[in-house]
Amino acid sequence: MSVEILMPALSPTMEEGTLSKWLVKEGDKVVSGDLIAEIETDKATMEVESVEDGTIGKLLVMEGDESIKVNAPIAILLFDGEALPVELPSKEKKEEDEINVQVVSNNKLKEVDLEVKAEFKNEVPSIIKENNIIKKSKRIFSSPLARRIAKLKNIDITSVLGSGPNGRILKIDIESLSDNNNLKIETSLNINDNFEIVKNTTMRKTIAERLVKSKNEAPHFYLSLDCNIDKLLEIRTSINSKSNNDFKISVNDIIIKTVSASLIKVPKANASWENENTKYFKNTDISVAVAIDGGLITPIVRDVQSKGLMSISLEMKNLSSKAKEGKLLPEEYVGGSFSISNLGMFGIKEFSAVINPPQGAILAVGAGEQRPVVINGQISIATIMTVTLSCDHRVVDGAVGAEFLSAFKEYIENPALMLL
Amino acid sequence: MNKNDFDLIVIGGGPGGYVAAIRAAQLGLSVTLIEDKHLGGICLNWGCIPTKALLRASEIKHLLDNVSDFGFSVSNIKMDINKITKRSRDVAAQLSSGIKHLLKKNKVNVIDGFAYLDKKENEKKIVIVKLKNIDKTLKLSSKNIIIATGARSRNLPFVSSDAINIWDYKTAMTPPKLPSSLVIIGSGAIGMEFASFYSDLGVKVTVIEALNSILPNEDHDISQIVASNFKKRGVDIKVNATLKSISNNPNQVISEILSNGKTETINSEKLILAIGIIANTEKLGLEKYNIKLDRGHIVTDQWLETSEKGIYAIGDVTQGPWLAHKASHEATLCVEKIVGLDNLHPIDKTSIPGCTYCRPQVASIGLTEKVAKANKIDIKVGKFPFVGNGKAIALGDSEGLIKTIFNKNTGELIGAHMVGPEVTELIQGFSIAKKLETTEYELMHTIFPHPTLSEAMHESVLDAYDQAIHY
Repeated sequence: MSVEILMPALSPTMEEGTLSKWLVKEGDKVVSGDLIAEIETDKATMEVESVEDGTIGKLLVMEGDESIKVNAPIAILLFDGEALPVELPSKEKKEEDEINVQVVSNNKLKEVDLEVKAEFKNEVPSIIKENNIIKKSKRIFSSPLARRIAKLKNIDITSVLGSGPNGRILKIDIESLSDNNNLKIETSLNINDNFEIVKNTTMRKTIAERLVKSKNEAPHFYLSLDCNIDKLLEIRTSINSKSNNDFKISVNDIIIKTVSASLIKVPKANASWENENTKYFKNTDISVAVAIDGGLITPIVRDVQSKGLMSISLEMKNLSSKAKEGKLLPEEYVGGSFSISNLGMFGIKEFSAVINPPQGAILAVGAGEQRPVVINGQISIATIMTVTLSCDHRVVDGAVGAEFLSAFKEYIENPALMLL
Repeated sequence: MNKNDFDLIVIGGGPGGYVAAIRAAQLGLSVTLIEDKHLGGICLNWGCIPTKALLRASEIKHLLDNVSDFGFSVSNIKMDINKITKRSRDVAAQLSSGIKHLLKKNKVNVIDGFAYLDKKENEKKIVIVKLKNIDKTLKLSSKNIIIATGARSRNLPFVSSDAINIWDYKTAMTPPKLPSSLVIIGSGAIGMEFASFYSDLGVKVTVIEALNSILPNEDHDISQIVASNFKKRGVDIKVNATLKSISNNPNQVISEILSNGKTETINSEKLILAIGIIANTEKLGLEKYNIKLDRGHIVTDQWLETSEKGIYAIGDVTQGPWLAHKASHEATLCVEKIVGLDNLHPIDKTSIPGCTYCRPQVASIGLTEKVAKANKIDIKVGKFPFVGNGKAIALGDSEGLIKTIFNKNTGELIGAHMVGPEVTELIQGFSIAKKLETTEYELMHTIFPHPTLSEAMHESVLDAYDQAIHY
């Protein structure tokens, strides 16, 4: 029997993805483990492997097809000597299909019963079962009339905000959209002399959605502190001088370690908001923002509290190069208890970052620069780095945030204390 | 807080006002309702409800007149108009006391008296109440006021009702005896319901309509069917006809009618004025605030707020259509907006159903064919007559039509117009369809029970897409 290759869920939050490239064509023989397609998810581009041996009978989606729902069939794999089934699954169920069964006899009833079972089987794809992650895809509520008008006007209904009960999309929501001429531009690629319209990638949209959610839901407040990092720079130079080029510890690596140590000292800052509960993390899994082509991603250095600078440094290097190639695995960027965003390398003096939900705080790190400082009534010169903590006030109160920052300052100004 | 200060004061206890008060109490507001005459307003006391009780009686009379069709023969049927009107009054009284109970249950503070607005004090609006039965006034204050004072029937410049020969709705609902003949000026819902009632009870009725068809707001096909039915029953219908003058004599009314350039006189024992309503805005102190009126009715925005912030108006005192269910819906919307609930939508006037309970009944929602065409909407029209409906034939009541109008491009149901048996109970199906924004597809694929009158709704939809089965 032929099998359908389904759109895999490549991360727990993935609901749909773009098939960016087919790596096989119809008629190709594949063995289990062969790469068959590249899929662009909300986070990265990933390759999909075949889980069976066989021949690619039919590709059901085109390269570049967007918004393919998780679990939708994308190709048909035939086993040896098999022909293509006559009735191919359609990419999207037509609405007419939904009420086409009329039970007339007991025989017929059995058939229908079997069909239902078979369909049900298809709905739980192996990949999802293996990971034990079952995620309901978000249902979009919309009126039949709204759907009809959206279709006529070529509007993607999933991008429309509904004003009805439970966000149900109504006729008025579509009509108020289509009054706006911008919408047409959004659905087609347009270039003119004064501007260029670039279609938003799935990643861009995910970033937008998460940031808006964060700013809408998490009441942000900000705490800033100047840190003298002269001692830190000394230690760094001395460590790196002993490396024989085996490793090179960066300021950022030390900041990761320092954040971890500060979170262990002030565990209340290592928390996330979960509506009914507040989650306090025991480990320090530090998400570090990495700029990549077309966006950013936050790979996680896990269990930093039990790692030394060398392994943090190697891990960070590895994660950041994978991130830039778009090859991070979901478990390498989903989760994390606290984030760091460092724009010091661009010479930014100080900034405040948007919290990475559902985490409770993010530390924005500016550049270390020589500034005049007053110590005991004397002006002298020190390397100062300004850090700004953005806190979600629902979980991290002002005093907790301040306590965390002062622990951070103490550690970063006296790195030797972290040895204790 | 001052015990005379409230979150909301509602002036008027009709289907707009009492619903607003109850909804406000449900949402936790402290609310006072002030009613001058009778809780339940005109609707319950002198409108919708008592007339339905009367029409039930005339419907029974109609059945008795045709009882032989069903295999019975009865003789010596006697009718007592006083008993008919007493039953109608009892029905109204029962419901009015029910409203009192509902308000009490919801902890609404109810005051019997006449309320009017006074100048703002400390940013609060002031309401003065002249108490009923005691020579005393109360001073209340609130941030929010809802005016729900309703309307009353309109008179003509040269003739007012005298409750003897020239009747308004009240006298028409409680006639001391049946007149032999009756002229009804105006063929809207009220005029046609009285025409139906009195003609079924054997009164010689003439209906005078200034526009070119009776029930002028209904779809033309529907009006035509109603007109031909009434004519068959012996009701004289004169359209494009206006009343020029009236001579009110002790035993008869002589009406001078101008019709198609010709003047004629009609003699009748009584005459009913059913030519519309005027809003009750007098003596309310509206002039102390910036409240705009248009042709006597209070102007509001889509959330029922008048041009004065914090003062709202709902129901018949505002713009039409003047229907009790519109008033009640405005009441909840207005209160929910005051409280600031999410996901509220202004009332879509094309989604307010309208019903006329004459025989045959008329019910409609949305645009008529004429209005749809005038708005240049590309339409598909379906029609199904009740003569093709099994249940209607079995009931012995198969005169009527269901007409549906769809937007040809989007499949939106933009209008439904019905005349025939129990259509006032059927129309809600189309109201729900419109609210849920179904297209023809969902309606066509809905299973309607057999045998019911509702199957005619289904067939009408099918007919719009040339798929009707039984016609």
